[in-house]
Amino acid sequence: MKKSVYINSVGSVSAQKTFDNSEFLEEITDYEATELKVVSPNYKAYIPPAAARRMAKGIKMSTVSSQTALKEAGLENIDAIIVGTGLGCLDDSSKFVSDIIKNEEQFLTPTRFIQSSHNTVAGQIALGLGCKGYNFTYVNSAVSFESSLLDAQLQLENDEATHILVGGVDEMVEHHVRTHQLIDHFKNQPVTMKTLLSSKTEGAVMSEGSHFFVLSNEKQDSTYAELLGLEIYNELAQEQLPDQVRSFLKYHDHSIEDIDLVVLGNNGDINFDGYYQVLSAGLFANTPQAYFKHLSGEFDTASAFAFWLSSKIIKTASVPDIVKLNALHSSAKTVLIYNQYRGKNHSLVLLKKC
Amino acid sequence: MSDLKLELKEKIIEQLNLEDVAVEEIADTDPLFGEGLGLDSIDALELIVMLDKDYGIKLADPKEGRKIFESIDTMAGYIAEHRSR
Repeated sequence: MKKSVYINSVGSVSAQKTFDNSEFLEEITDYEATELKVVSPNYKAYIPPAAARRMAKGIKMSTVSSQTALKEAGLENIDAIIVGTGLGCLDDSSKFVSDIIKNEEQFLTPTRFIQSSHNTVAGQIALGLGCKGYNFTYVNSAVSFESSLLDAQLQLENDEATHILVGGVDEMVEHHVRTHQLIDHFKNQPVTMKTLLSSKTEGAVMSEGSHFFVLSNEKQDSTYAELLGLEIYNELAQEQLPDQVRSFLKYHDHSIEDIDLVVLGNNGDINFDGYYQVLSAGLFANTPQAYFKHLSGEFDTASAFAFWLSSKIIKTASVPDIVKLNALHSSAKTVLIYNQYRGKNHSLVLLKKC
Repeated sequence: MSDLKLELKEKIIEQLNLEDVAVEEIADTDPLFGEGLGLDSIDALELIVMLDKDYGIKLADPKEGRKIFESIDTMAGYIAEHRSR
């Protein structure tokens, strides 16, 4: 018999002040920008200076969010570490490649090479913990985090592990922002939190973040919610979406009416927000709705922010006004997250209070 | 020589990301590895690359590094004697 999967703790470093786990979006950072950097914690409080000097920003953020999650779960070590990342520690990758060009393929230093591999974050966390268990990194664009979740879910359901640290991390790099602005994947005109969805312009507000969770097949006092199911779709047309959602919910013995809150990944891109409108104006027109990318910005693992947000909403039984997309009241017991990026890599995640 | 020692201290701080260390905190005779500045084996590789790139010195035998990288004094002495750029 399959075991249940619980979210026992959370940790977040994002464009909002989320690193303090005792708060829940109490302090909101507004902006007028085309890109958002994370609200950084005091890294020195978490990482010894000797170790920090060789850490890329993605590793620093992940050290904080993973430590936060482990602390809340009351664990000193873990059975497995699974990380999703779209671009890995991109800044060091960029510097490493620049050095190759600048130095005519000579004099390559080891630090940037070590940092530039995608699995650096999972490796560094394992080294810090002394964790010799399963260590895996998924690099699957906008479903990198969901791929990690799926791996953890399968292992926990089949009792191959008891506690798994699962996370998603991506860091923002100037070069990446500029090149993606050239092709209108990121916005060229600044928007504010309030004008993001009404901007009627192409592209998203680029950002970064790191979110870690302890998933377990043992419920405990700190438990936030139960992960009932998730599904990833690489390709999905807008007209197929309602049937896929119905089918997903049916598979997990739920209907549209059972959903207390639907969390949508609208990012203000006029070309692709139609996917969300299909659900917000259609299937879930009478369901309380929330969105999050006006807070988190867009990055390959932004859906991990939605996972963090939904977990917090379920545990606190409250939906912050800042994320509400409509005025309907939610009891926030059963939450469905839907995300996609540029019409590809769609995901559905179903969470329930337990 | 004192200019070279200052230059080395600045390069070491910058290239090894020693954010919390100031030039004046590194004495010429301080051990760079172990109890001194606390550098490690990856730093040693960075220093070998630095010698090659900035001073044209190729260390054929990495074991030579032990003596050369003992302190700023020993590094500066070796560079002054062997540099080609």
